[in-house]
Amino acid sequence: MTLSWLTRIKKNYNQINSMKSTLFKWVMILTILPVSLMLYALKPGSEVVPDTDNGGLKLPAGFGALKVAETGARARHLVVTPQGDIYVKLAKPNKEGKGILVLHEAPNGKAELKSGFGTYGGTEVYLKNGYLYASSNTEVFRYKVNDKNEVINPDQPEKIITGLKAGRQHETKSFALDNDGNIYVNIGAWFNSCQEKDRGLHSPGIAGCPILDSMGGVWQFKTDKLNQTYGDGVRYATGLRNMVGMDWNQQNNQLFVMQHGRDNLNSSWPELYTTKQSAELPAECMYALKKGDNAGWPYMYYDQIQHKKILAPEYGGDGKKEADAKFLDPAVAYPGHMAPNGLLFYTGNQFPAKYKNGAFIAFHGSWNRAPEPQAGYFVVFQPFKNGKPDGAWEVFADGFSGSPEKTAAGRADHRPCGLAQGADGSLYVTDDSKGTIYRIIYLKK
Amino acid sequence: MAKYLLTLLFAFSCFQLMAQVKNRAKSKAKPVAGLAVSMANGKAIYINHCLTCHQADGGGVPNMNPPLIKTSYVTGDHTQLIKVVLNGFSENIDIDGESYSNVMPAHDFLKDREIADVLTYVRKSFGNKGGAITAAQVKAVRAKNIKKAAIKNI
Repeated sequence: MTLSWLTRIKKNYNQINSMKSTLFKWVMILTILPVSLMLYALKPGSEVVPDTDNGGLKLPAGFGALKVAETGARARHLVVTPQGDIYVKLAKPNKEGKGILVLHEAPNGKAELKSGFGTYGGTEVYLKNGYLYASSNTEVFRYKVNDKNEVINPDQPEKIITGLKAGRQHETKSFALDNDGNIYVNIGAWFNSCQEKDRGLHSPGIAGCPILDSMGGVWQFKTDKLNQTYGDGVRYATGLRNMVGMDWNQQNNQLFVMQHGRDNLNSSWPELYTTKQSAELPAECMYALKKGDNAGWPYMYYDQIQHKKILAPEYGGDGKKEADAKFLDPAVAYPGHMAPNGLLFYTGNQFPAKYKNGAFIAFHGSWNRAPEPQAGYFVVFQPFKNGKPDGAWEVFADGFSGSPEKTAAGRADHRPCGLAQGADGSLYVTDDSKGTIYRIIYLKK
Repeated sequence: MAKYLLTLLFAFSCFQLMAQVKNRAKSKAKPVAGLAVSMANGKAIYINHCLTCHQADGGGVPNMNPPLIKTSYVTGDHTQLIKVVLNGFSENIDIDGESYSNVMPAHDFLKDREIADVLTYVRKSFGNKGGAITAAQVKAVRAKNIKKAAIKNI
């Protein structure tokens, strides 16, 4: 690091030297040197040290990781402020009745619990334009923050969205914000595949799947209007079973979501799908959404092996018949049942250039692959170019489960869920099983 | 003194061992052969209809599918347990302080004998030590069972 600055200074020195202005040369050197040193000292990541075992994570060469904190709670999504505060949304309130934890980082990267607020459980938390946004399973709130990104009135949030439907499954309300004052909320379908008897053997799909009027899609609302409900919002995209990971792509100004694909192909339709096929299918899809898109749930699923949109067995499919071509194609299709719970477009400068504007995806890990070995429990990197997926995805951070045996058995120690980017470009990952917060840093400069 | 105590302890252990062997021999009588068949059939049904959600080790899936281990739902009242299989389960009930979000569909398509076998298997596997369930018990519960019109989602 210091060496590269010296090289740069020397380069400047040489350039200036050619100007043959001795006075100018010295003025420049005397200005650049202290400013450079100051910038170096201020760089927030400079004192952060990875754990000797990298927090148990397996990372690409040059990266390190530390366990920032052990919250002991079901830590879902999180936000890290430039001031070193970490807001963590909990699936349900902790023993003290707090649904959002506030931690503060010491210069070495380890964080202590500072406070907590919000009496509701949920998944999403988001910081933008002077407000902290957070959701329960039926409502979205926002809290004004001061110039240090601290919530001013933790007990008096503004309720911006209310009355959203929530079933027992797919109940969480993840959301993302654009740059034009809109918020995009996932309203997950309370079914697996809109069957007459949910997840039942040979149970057919309900004709016209009537719940799509109020769930199974993304709804668009305003970020600054109070008490909005269905009538105030727009069904931005439909035919999406459930999303937990969502993010706004700043490069092409577009909403990207990670759909949780359907389950139970074999247990509902054993004559059509073997347990192995059922473990592999359908794909977990990344979708790039535009207003009015329809991704086809529950009428179809995406088969990443045949590379086709397949008619769902509940609606007359047999594993081969293709679905209506009008349905949206995925931007990327990942293996089945790995449960993508976090999506983050990396805009930082700390990691090597290939990561810039690419997507990190936290795969929570599977259960519906049984009796086949379970999979997932890792963070994936998906390269992007000009706002579009470009190239093959790779496992970026693995080892959350504790061992390959624990992964196969689905008995993971830690399960990655939320992702956040620190002001210095570090990548943060939550674990909603034991409540560990991880921070991944790049060490080679 | 110590020697005497040790001898006594040894004699006592031998006696216990003999008693155990005797018991084991006794338990290999006729009803156990029925139990072995029931367990084998039950295991096959478990693999086909239960394992996807409740997993190979019966441990379930955190927050989604409840475990079948060390829970009164499994080892307790047989009527309640048989009804779960017949009607499915989609109620917002905490089981040992945890909630589970997934819907269990009705398995009333299974025959009385099949339900009895799979429940016997579950009640005697994964470390559970519950009693067997008979086809007659399933038949009686099914006869009185009022089928739910639809699965509740909320």
